Amino acid sequence: MKQTFLYAFRRTVPIMLGFFPLGLAYGVLMESIGYNFLWSTLTSLTVLAGSLQFLMVEFFVNGTPLITVALLALLLNSRHIFYGISFVERFRSFGSGSRLFLIYSLSDESYSLHCAHKPQEGVDEKWAHLFSAGFVLFYWLVFTFMGGLVGQLITFDTTGIDFSLTALFVVILIDQLREAKTMLPAAIAVVSGIVCILLFGAANFILPSLLITVAVLCLLRPRLEQYTVEEEVAA
Amino acid sequence: MTISVGYSIAIIAVCVVCTFLERALPFLLFGGREVPKIVKYLGRILPMAVMATLVVYCLRSTTFDAMGNFLPQIIAVAVVAALHLWRKNTFLSIVVGTAVYMVLVQLVF
Repeated sequence: MKQTFLYAFRRTVPIMLGFFPLGLAYGVLMESIGYNFLWSTLTSLTVLAGSLQFLMVEFFVNGTPLITVALLALLLNSRHIFYGISFVERFRSFGSGSRLFLIYSLSDESYSLHCAHKPQEGVDEKWAHLFSAGFVLFYWLVFTFMGGLVGQLITFDTTGIDFSLTALFVVILIDQLREAKTMLPAAIAVVSGIVCILLFGAANFILPSLLITVAVLCLLRPRLEQYTVEEEVAA
Repeated sequence: MTISVGYSIAIIAVCVVCTFLERALPFLLFGGREVPKIVKYLGRILPMAVMATLVVYCLRSTTFDAMGNFLPQIIAVAVVAALHLWRKNTFLSIVVGTAVYMVLVQLVF
């Protein structure tokens, strides 16, 4: 168990780096519109979705109608619909409490860690997922709390430190490409992403881009299926 | 605060429900039964596609109107990729890449 805990800590350190400026910025921003650290921590604990939480600042300031809030929240986080698809079977044996926690905490960062996890000696699979998602949640809570409480006191320039999240995604993608027998899914996603940014703008591209990617991957299934290994057969 | 405490909590509640529902949707649809073959296939092929989409997502605000708006990203991503292909050390790749990016945006451009 201790080994699993350390494994989860080591792999979440890059996320700690990335969340430091984001969490602080969020806490400071909330404080500046009159919502103290209790509000920012409560929102981080319950919503646990960075980009939506920044958008919620607009909702608080403008008193946005709840129906608009719901629509924008659904649209902004629509990419999350695709995350669970890869884990329906793996999480099935985990018990309902663990599964609920893993679903609630399924952010971009936790999802990336779940994807990157490989079974290894001395590391319990279920607890590796739970601890990793737990650390991600913990960092987010601590840094938004700090941001709301003492954010103004931090004076050194952290501009650009949020690149660590970009770097994390790049690293995981490279590991996936190294192991995969085809790079086509990544190529399709990048082309679709760039085309959708040009068509719909940078703010709205991700849902159409993912829908097109899923559609193309379904069309290419006869060709691509051979490259995906059935876990049951592979063992 | 320009709106009431009650309305603020209502906004949070709506966002919690919407976010959780989206994260839970695949589990609600396929949790209790045999997962259809096409969904199993997507489950195995999607992570690479989604990770590539997230990289594009992180770089979406890049513009090409000034050197400082695209060179730091391109150089730092190249450093991360090259370092990771060479040393295969996740932590090293991320820390060095981030440091390079911070130096570029703060001091160079």
